[in-house]
Amino acid sequence: MKRAFEYFIEKLILLSGIASIIFVILIFIFLLREGLSLFAATNPLEFLFGRNWYPISDPPQFGILPLILGSLLVTLGAIIIAVPLGIAAAVYVAEIAPLWLRDILKSGIELLAAIPSIVLGFIGIATLAPMLKAVFHLPSGLTALAGSIMLAFMAMPTIVSIIEDSIVSVPKSYKEGSLALGATHWQTIYKVILPAASSGILAAIMLGIGRVVGETMAVLMITGNAAVLPTSFLQPVRTLTATIAAEMGEAVAGSSHYYALFAIGIVLFVISFVINLLADMFLHRKVK
Amino acid sequence: MKKNKIEVKDLDLFYGDFHALKDVKVGIEEKVITSIIGPSGCGKSTLLRVLNRMNDLVEGIKITGSVKIDGQDVYSPNCDLVALRKQVGMVFQRPNPFPLSIYDNVIYGPRVHGEKDRDRLNALAEESLRSVLLFDELKDHLRDSALTLSLEQQQRLCIARLLAVCPEVILLDEPCSALDPYSTLKIEELLQTLKRDYTILIVTHNMQQAARASDFTFYMLLGEMIEYGETKQVFTSPQDPRTEEYITGRFG
Ligand SMILES: Nc1ncnc2c1ncn2[C@@H]1O[C@H](COP(=O)(O)OP(=O)(O)OP(=O)(O)O)[C@@H](O)[C@H]1O
Ligand SMILES: [Mg+2]
Repeated sequence: MKRAFEYFIEKLILLSGIASIIFVILIFIFLLREGLSLFAATNPLEFLFGRNWYPISDPPQFGILPLILGSLLVTLGAIIIAVPLGIAAAVYVAEIAPLWLRDILKSGIELLAAIPSIVLGFIGIATLAPMLKAVFHLPSGLTALAGSIMLAFMAMPTIVSIIEDSIVSVPKSYKEGSLALGATHWQTIYKVILPAASSGILAAIMLGIGRVVGETMAVLMITGNAAVLPTSFLQPVRTLTATIAAEMGEAVAGSSHYYALFAIGIVLFVISFVINLLADMFLHRKVK
Repeated sequence: MKKNKIEVKDLDLFYGDFHALKDVKVGIEEKVITSIIGPSGCGKSTLLRVLNRMNDLVEGIKITGSVKIDGQDVYSPNCDLVALRKQVGMVFQRPNPFPLSIYDNVIYGPRVHGEKDRDRLNALAEESLRSVLLFDELKDHLRDSALTLSLEQQQRLCIARLLAVCPEVILLDEPCSALDPYSTLKIEELLQTLKRDYTILIVTHNMQQAARASDFTFYMLLGEMIEYGETKQVFTSPQDPRTEEYITGRFG
């Protein structure tokens, strides 16, 4: 009886494993089928590099260059803000903060990760946008910069905790060796510890980028949502993800607009895949 | 009679409530090799780390007494920690080259202390690597990662890295315990040549090593100094029966 039960459990687990793989494959096939249908009518190069996204004009234009650049700009801004802050915070938590403060900070960072992105977006609209509007004298605060700042906050917990882990796992003997040569704590941090933790830092940046590129709702709310070629951070933009979220409801199933949104999905999929691959590579790279 | 380089008096050290060094008193001459021996946990590393204040990192540590190097009290409030650690260098049990190139390892110290001149750095690197007999072997590989070296080479590199900051005292904490017997002998030979210019303290668990490589021997037990004297005398006619038990292998 017990035997049969174990057998049953074992098979059940096996089945769930197989099921999850099958689901991934099915999703991927579906995405490809729907997305690639677009290219029956539209040239792939025109899709990727077209400067106009007019999905419902007649004839429609499906150029996603503004969206790609929108995503790039917002991501770049977020990374420029989040990486230095993240490294500094991680160094502080791992190396400088006294023990009692370390625990408080670590739970604080975890708490930041637990805030739903929609809530952050909401807070961003209520506080960040008016502030940017006033500071830069803009017609509206809903800009790429607002998106970048908010996404930086979303990416920070991931970035800080991965960098902190990699700093903590730098062998203590490096630190001792450096201090014993008369280096100061600060010299030891930037000349030995950070270089030794560099693969973890790169992985953290990659995963941070992944988090930022994939973020949707908050970005939709706060970037101003204008599908135009961006020229500065102080201008409304629209990202790939926000486009899908905003237009999926109104696109008629089977229309080329509908297919175009799936094609954007493929682009996003490829981007995330490459980023995760890179992050994995950095994380598992052995120190040469 | 040479003058004492290191003068330790009434040294007590506590890790929290644990009394790790008890009333240690020792004077160490300049340019000799002193070996510190004793069973595991008797405080050898602790004593060594008192001398370059590597213990400062430990939380809850309390140190009383006086530790003077060249007459300067190491624990006085106006002691310059950076200068002290330049003067008193340390080699660790496991070779710990930084994950940088061989060259960057050697000139790490001078760079940290503000030396920017290329020629001067190159000269220092060459001189230091020569002193540890690595230069001819490695002169075409200075840009390779230090982690590609054998353990013995890594330990030599760590010594070279130290020599590059021109210390006066070198502390070695079981520097050969990760090395094979042949490499161990080579490192001992190296210490004999370094003795001409440096005051050397070496912690070791290897009685033969203490006997053949050192001029003075310091035997510790449970944080106390049991015996201190010329190595020959300590090993042939120890004053304390506990020392005899230890060095003849009946204890520890
Ligand atoms: N950071 C610390 N906190 C608390 N106790 C410590 C600390 N470091 C060492 N001790 C204790 O102090 C005593 C002496 O330690 P020490 O490392 O100096 O011994 P040792 O003679 O070097 O031993 P070994 O031969 O094993 O290296 C040991 O009992 C050890 O448990
Ligand atoms: Mg020890």
